[in-house]
Amino acid sequence: MDATNITSPIQQNKKLIGFFAVASTIFAVVVVLGLLLTMLGNFVIEGVPGLSWDFITQAPRNNNQEGGIFPAIYGTTLLVLTMTMLGVPIGTITAIYLNEYANPNSFFSRLILFAVNSLAGVPSIVFGLFGVGFFIQFFGAGLDSLFNPSKVIWGQPAIIWASATLAVLTLPVVIISVNEALRSVPVSLREASLALGATKFQTIWKIVLPNSLTGILTGSILAIGRGAGEVAPIIFVGAVYSMPGLPNKLNDQFMHLGYHLFVLSTQSPNVEKTIPIQFATTLVLLLLTFVLSLTAIIIRSRLTKQLQG
Amino acid sequence: MNKTSLLVKKENRWFETTIEFVIKSVASLSIILIFLIFLFVFRESFSLFQSKNSTVSTQVYSAPKVYNPESGTLKVKEALKKESSKTSITVWDTFFDSVWQPVGDNPKYGVLPLLIGTLKVTLIALLIGAPLGILAAICTSFFISAKWRNIIKPAIELLASMPSVVIGFFCLIIIASLTKDLFGLDLRLNALVGGIGLAIAIIPIIFTITDDALQTVPKTLREASLALGATEWQTAFKVMLPAATPGVFSAVLLGFGRAFGETMIALMATGNAALISMNPAGSVRTLAATIGAEMGEVIWGSDHYGILFLLGSILFLISFGINIVLEFYIKTRLLQKIQGKVG
Repeated sequence: MDATNITSPIQQNKKLIGFFAVASTIFAVVVVLGLLLTMLGNFVIEGVPGLSWDFITQAPRNNNQEGGIFPAIYGTTLLVLTMTMLGVPIGTITAIYLNEYANPNSFFSRLILFAVNSLAGVPSIVFGLFGVGFFIQFFGAGLDSLFNPSKVIWGQPAIIWASATLAVLTLPVVIISVNEALRSVPVSLREASLALGATKFQTIWKIVLPNSLTGILTGSILAIGRGAGEVAPIIFVGAVYSMPGLPNKLNDQFMHLGYHLFVLSTQSPNVEKTIPIQFATTLVLLLLTFVLSLTAIIIRSRLTKQLQG
Repeated sequence: MNKTSLLVKKENRWFETTIEFVIKSVASLSIILIFLIFLFVFRESFSLFQSKNSTVSTQVYSAPKVYNPESGTLKVKEALKKESSKTSITVWDTFFDSVWQPVGDNPKYGVLPLLIGTLKVTLIALLIGAPLGILAAICTSFFISAKWRNIIKPAIELLASMPSVVIGFFCLIIIASLTKDLFGLDLRLNALVGGIGLAIAIIPIIFTITDDALQTVPKTLREASLALGATEWQTAFKVMLPAATPGVFSAVLLGFGRAFGETMIALMATGNAALISMNPAGSVRTLAATIGAEMGEVIWGSDHYGILFLLGSILFLISFGINIVLEFYIKTRLLQKIQGKVG
């Protein structure tokens, strides 16, 4: 540092470069945070006036141009709950295998990790095509031809297939966060349990799982947050623009907050008129996903703090 | 660990093996799913490769009409008119043409404009998103206090949980008007607006992975550099960043993959006209947006349906290819760089 006291032109130049280098990184942070705040600010300012008790509890009227969005909230909630029931057990068991049973260097466990990473990278629209090709055209239509050849019951877009599609999409999220949680359970706990004569599964069931419950919860929350916001995979796997009543069977179609926003903002005949509704819908969708993600981030940071002591 | 099971009663051991088998089978589901995804997405485009006499399913799935916000007109659901599968031209004749016009009496399935459009938007997104994400990661890693880091990092991660339909909506309403006024563009929705939207989506990805990569560079490198009299910025840009290159590269590659396959933002913000041009202010139609827009009104089992699944297979293969590059090239390079050459 003392060397800089003798200031030659070259060193001054370097100082200038250094200043610009640091300034550019700070500028980048300011731009990114500015974007985030602009988006949030805009949605809150424009969205809050449209929010009301009626908006949340009423059905849309007049071709979705008036009224509330209750069916969309209901459909989204039902969708992510079914998704969680399908995806979280599978993800948790996979994470248990990777962390408790598999040798991390074995070909099989590396193959699983590779598959999980690949799943995480597949574009969401491809999951939608998979939902059509596999769940509806193969699985659903197969069920129909087996049990009731004359009718179409399962071989059509439905909430169960949309949930299954989203469960596949969010599987990597669950696996990765549960895996993290399992890893954070101290080895000494497992060793103590095994030393006391418990079997491997007893140890997992009674010691490891209860100690990683928060992690499993975080994984589920992250998956729900992700699943609730995905629109592309469900456009043609069961989401509809409007429907009479609410979905009450697994093979019903459903309304969805994100799809509702998409249709209102791009495909409705009178886009300008529904802009307040669009902002309010955005706000509800954001509240749903952000509150969930924020909870997950907070739980996770508490968890890491606990680990670090 | 398996030695403990010797002490266990026989029936318990039987139970343990069964459980382990079940768990292992469920775990292998991820591998099976990757295969199934490719198999079933590709399978639906099989009809394209077969002779033309196959019967076309008559199942029609109705979706809302496509509204074009530019002209304010409703596009008639032309897909409902009979898809011309009886014509003698096969889809392959027009596959490498420069026109994508899947509906009408004489459908043209030229993929070129879609491919070029996708690359154009992705490039714009990377040009905006990659520098911002990488520089922001350098800033939070080296130039600010831990207190600020603990605020900024979760905030940028929160941006990652923003649903893409919301980002698309933001582009449609705010960014589109902003760029139109700022640059005096003719079209509200264009490649630039879409690129900005995709950049918002990939910044958190690039930021998080670059940040992770910078954190895994051994602290000793930084200390050595500072001890030799280098300043903080010289250390960050000339020592730490080069050491983390493979990580930064994988961050950019993952960002590319996300932008390339992103549907809702592209669908809502790019204008969706399948044109070949290099003009960043022109309207483009991406591969993913094409699937998203047309899948709803297509006749299930038709040529058009098959082509859309073929586009899906292309998207799948590209994302899978990116992952293979990451797995087999970057991860080994990263290890070499940290353990071998540098450490």
